[in-house]
Amino acid sequence: MDTGHLSLHVPEPAVRPGGQPDFSNVRIARAGAVPRPDIDAAAEDIRDLAYSIIRVLNRDGEAVGPWAGLLSDDDLRTGLRNMMMLRAFDARMLMAQRQGKTSFYMQHLGEEAVSCAFRKALRKGDMNFPTYRQAGLLIADEYPMVEMMNQIYSNENDPLRGRQLPIMYSSKEHGFFTISGNLATQYVQAVGWAMASAIKNDSRIAAAWIGDGSTAESDFHSALVFASTYRAPVVLNVVNNQWAISTFQGIARGGSGTFAARGLGFGIPALRVDGNDYLAVHAVACWAAERARRNLGPTLIEYVTYRAGAHSTSDDPSAYRPKTESEAWPLGDPVLRLKKHLILRDLWSEERHVQAEAEIMDEVIAAQREAEEHGTMHAGGRPSVRDIFEGVYAEMPPHLRRQRQTAGY
Amino acid sequence: MARMTMIEAVRSAMDVAMGRDDDVVVFGEDVGYFGGVFRCTQGLQTKYGKTRCFDTPISESGIVGTAIGMAAYGLKPCVEIQFADYMYPAYDQLTQEAARIRYRSNGDFTCPIVVRMPTGGGIFGGQTHSQSPEALFTHVCGLKVVVPSNPYDAKGLLIAAIEDPDPVMFLEPKRLYNGPFDGHHERPVTPWSKHELSDVPDDYYSIPIGKAEVRRQGSAVTVIAYGTMVHVALAAATDTGIDAEVIDLRSLLPLDLDAIVTSVAKTGRCVVVHEATLTSGFGGEIAALIQEHCFYHLEAPVMRVAGWDTPYPHAQEWDYFPGPARVGRALTDVMEA
Repeated sequence: MDTGHLSLHVPEPAVRPGGQPDFSNVRIARAGAVPRPDIDAAAEDIRDLAYSIIRVLNRDGEAVGPWAGLLSDDDLRTGLRNMMMLRAFDARMLMAQRQGKTSFYMQHLGEEAVSCAFRKALRKGDMNFPTYRQAGLLIADEYPMVEMMNQIYSNENDPLRGRQLPIMYSSKEHGFFTISGNLATQYVQAVGWAMASAIKNDSRIAAAWIGDGSTAESDFHSALVFASTYRAPVVLNVVNNQWAISTFQGIARGGSGTFAARGLGFGIPALRVDGNDYLAVHAVACWAAERARRNLGPTLIEYVTYRAGAHSTSDDPSAYRPKTESEAWPLGDPVLRLKKHLILRDLWSEERHVQAEAEIMDEVIAAQREAEEHGTMHAGGRPSVRDIFEGVYAEMPPHLRRQRQTAGY
Repeated sequence: MARMTMIEAVRSAMDVAMGRDDDVVVFGEDVGYFGGVFRCTQGLQTKYGKTRCFDTPISESGIVGTAIGMAAYGLKPCVEIQFADYMYPAYDQLTQEAARIRYRSNGDFTCPIVVRMPTGGGIFGGQTHSQSPEALFTHVCGLKVVVPSNPYDAKGLLIAAIEDPDPVMFLEPKRLYNGPFDGHHERPVTPWSKHELSDVPDDYYSIPIGKAEVRRQGSAVTVIAYGTMVHVALAAATDTGIDAEVIDLRSLLPLDLDAIVTSVAKTGRCVVVHEATLTSGFGGEIAALIQEHCFYHLEAPVMRVAGWDTPYPHAQEWDYFPGPARVGRALTDVMEA
């Protein structure tokens, strides 16, 4: 039999710069169409949920279907405010980076619903192991913005003493594990934290976070194996924002169809959700969190969203995707969608929205002023050189003491 | 007190630590039901239950990664990497995560884990069961690195490692598990029971990490060693009749520089020995420290005896292993220099 020559398949996105944005390959279920399974459903009985998209808000802004109805009016308004706050925070910090007040920034534009809504499914004491694009977990838990800014500016009040890249926050109190900046390592750590909680017969759960690109790391696989084997009380989140810097999600996804489907091989229930739908994110997160809390084990959730901004302040997306792609994204904007829903239900209005935007921006600017009184990256107060040497170990060993003395501190 | 092998001493350390502190958990490949391929965890699952001592999937990054998460929660995991040669998949978790969590979070989170791993050759393990990767850990800021040379130290240091607030790499020279092997592979095996340092208390005790021990007083030359090479160095001193002072570092990081300087200032000569490969090995660091701190006391260049800069061969193990003959030649050379 002549089998011919082999050729290597290298996936390509549908469109590159200069082309017309095309999301016809993104199959989107109708809002309300995907069923809500029993909390103890087995992975093999809900396989379809790994290939569809759970949505609550329809085109008209109505909340429909079996995943709707979990949030009170106040919850919804708070959700909108949290997302608006995160967006305003991003806008100011992006500008601050352009002004040279910090070296680096990463924004959430278009992905605000994912972390803001997820936080509301957790309880005090639960622990997130986040990546660099989940600051909504802190905003929605009312972590002081000024502390975040102190960290971004590496100023004299920086809780991390200038040691970490901007936005690599840490807050045990707010259930936010120290961000590494290294990719995927936190995923398996979250599983370990959850295993510890189970070992101690605690009631707290963990949440792991990863992006579409980093699911290709071996730590993602390790995490799923351990989570599956020990039925760890962990929610395994995959934020599929379509782009890993310049690499489209097809390079990491390969032939598996969806990232959620990765969970099925491990026997982990896997759900795919509209990441730009605050209500859907919250509802699915609650389902997974309840499973974990009831000792039913891990759940994998893929949030289908779109990174509307650049990867970071060091990135220019126009070099690898059409400029208008963001506008063509079929799942819309999370802030506008929730706003529309609230207005439809007479819980909000255009006037209140404009007013809220102004209030929120004032709040962000006030926090920024307060932070800047304590310095920015290149001006004013900054952490001590002594802080370089502290905290490598609980007790400073002799060789570090000698080096600190050599440095003049 | 009881006569213990190094295996029994390591096991006793974990037993004591688990008995004293419910937060100590032990896991790794084959560690639970079976008790480990070297039997270091035998009986711990029966005694403490399978949620405190358990088997894991074959995934070193998973073992260390979950240990880090557990430590962040508040447990004190003591995990086993089946062979030091298998630690590389976990190297990212060790170097960029475990080592830096305290630092990068300014103490908000910490990482009190112990990673045990059998190290070194001498059992015909070939290139994937014989390596000594300690220098890959000493180069990492935030880790501590311990290498015991006998049962008494192994227990006391392992308890100290488990109690330590920071991550400790605990390298167990596997050729020492069952006896004080001195490199004379052609001679009958000596069991630990005839060695004074196999006299190990059953109960709790700890040995501070960062303190070296003089194993043989001498005035002619200082030999700096750790792990298996301590016994090889002692044999070389006996074989050559050179009055060598043998220092057992026990802990590479933190390093007991005072012990090194005190001895070399006295003898004026020094040979550093390790089983790991020569180039960029820990011996280079020690030689550099000696010339910085003891230059005017030196009567001869500092010499190094180490594994050849090749992968660890299988059939030619004893031509590779830096045994007493090679160490003895270095002692003679440094005395004649």
